[in-house]
Amino acid sequence: MSFIELKDVDLIYGNRAADSANTLAVSGANITIAYGEFVSIVGPSGCGKSTLLKLIAGLVRPSRGSVKVDGQEVLRPLKTVGMAFQNATLLPWRNIRDNVLLPLEIVEPYRRRQRQDYKKNCERVEMLLEKVGLSGFANRMPWELSGGMQQRAQLCRALVHEPSILLLDEPFAALDTFTREELWSVLQELWSFRKCTIILVTHELREAVYLAQTIHVMSARPGHILKTSAVDLPRPRTLENTFEPGFVKIVHELRDHIGRGKHS
Amino acid sequence: MNRQTLERLAPWLTIAAFVALWWLVVIVFDIKSYILPTPAETVRSLIEYRRALFINGMATLVTTLIGFGIAVVIGMILGIFVGSSRLAYKSLYPILVAFNSVPKAALIPIFVIWFGAGTLPAVITAFMLSFFPVVANVATAFATIEPELLEVMRSLGASQRDMTVKVGIPRSLPYFFASLKIAITLAFVGSVIAEIVAGNNGIGNVMLVAGSNFDVPLVFAALLVVGIMGVGMYAIFDVVEKRMTGWSARSEISMQQIGGG
Repeated sequence: MSFIELKDVDLIYGNRAADSANTLAVSGANITIAYGEFVSIVGPSGCGKSTLLKLIAGLVRPSRGSVKVDGQEVLRPLKTVGMAFQNATLLPWRNIRDNVLLPLEIVEPYRRRQRQDYKKNCERVEMLLEKVGLSGFANRMPWELSGGMQQRAQLCRALVHEPSILLLDEPFAALDTFTREELWSVLQELWSFRKCTIILVTHELREAVYLAQTIHVMSARPGHILKTSAVDLPRPRTLENTFEPGFVKIVHELRDHIGRGKHS
Repeated sequence: MNRQTLERLAPWLTIAAFVALWWLVVIVFDIKSYILPTPAETVRSLIEYRRALFINGMATLVTTLIGFGIAVVIGMILGIFVGSSRLAYKSLYPILVAFNSVPKAALIPIFVIWFGAGTLPAVITAFMLSFFPVVANVATAFATIEPELLEVMRSLGASQRDMTVKVGIPRSLPYFFASLKIAITLAFVGSVIAEIVAGNNGIGNVMLVAGSNFDVPLVFAALLVVGIMGVGMYAIFDVVEKRMTGWSARSEISMQQIGGG
């Protein structure tokens, strides 16, 4: 049963279709994603990975083909997604609690009830912050937090309105290795207790293998899916697992595919 | 003397050095007081005409603040409009820049023809000089919102109004308050010039009358009054800015200031 389905999707940036080939960001992309699946999309830089996320979120419309979520054609921005990016994009004038509360001020039905539910919402934020290891930081301002902590807060903001889809665009790319690996396990745990569909765009292959059930490899621009492979490693996965032969073998295979995709 | 006290005293020391230099130039080159009066003669004139300078100074202050107030309101609205829509930006910005490049002093006679001599042309000139920095700064703040943040908002289904209220306006406040400091000083320039050209009262009018009587010390005393009022208003908005937008000093939003003339 597919929850998200992209069929023969092309996306041409800019309004003049005949302009040149390099405005074609995505070409003939086919993906199906099941409900509650943790999917990772890897590929060479500039291959249109982020564009795929925008297509799924409904922020851009495909030039050809169809994007369906839950059986419905995506025609406008979905309100049931959470997004997180490489830079945390927290609002610098709000403390961490108010930053995480932001989606509840916009998305219905929370928006209507934000006054009555303020206390309840604050407790929900507190619980999320605790889950990502930020308990006690609700009253801090973003600048008081390190990059890794800001990313944790951003994850909370992306999840607070209980979206059915979480779109992550290289969320850990700017972090140091230790912080990044710590956040892998944070994300894995978040997913295990709140089963939403997660699509993680990354260029870090170990990250993809560690976290995802299914990995889609994209070709160089114009991007399409070269290969889809399932990761059958047991969960919860630990950092120790990443050094085991089975894990390393999958990473190697992926690297091979991306290398070939670049030159084909 | 430690560094902190030095920093606190620095502006006063600079002023003292400037006054000393001024005085020195007058003495060394033996300049007559109807060309360039000494600081002492200026202060003596200031005390002698304190009543007239106070009354006209207040008139100028009121004129300036009215023009400035209109500029702030219209500048903020126009800035939000120009900054939040690409089409509005493309269509309005060139004409705003063109408008800002026109020497406003040259327009004062036209205002006099339209509205008669007096306070109104001065208010309009103060407004015209001071609204552009407000527009430009607010528009810049809106136009430079991080694209990822806009995507987060749009993916939540935020309306244009949500974006303006929850992101645009709070984000533009540091730019807005920074522009007020520039705008208020320009508003003084505008109202005083208009008073010189076509005023019935105000500091500019005092300068015109004193100048035609060759009472140069009084001209300088009037200039001193304008300078003090300008610095005072600047200081007030500096404090307001620091109070309202302390967060921006610590965050990554880089400030940019745009002036006008």
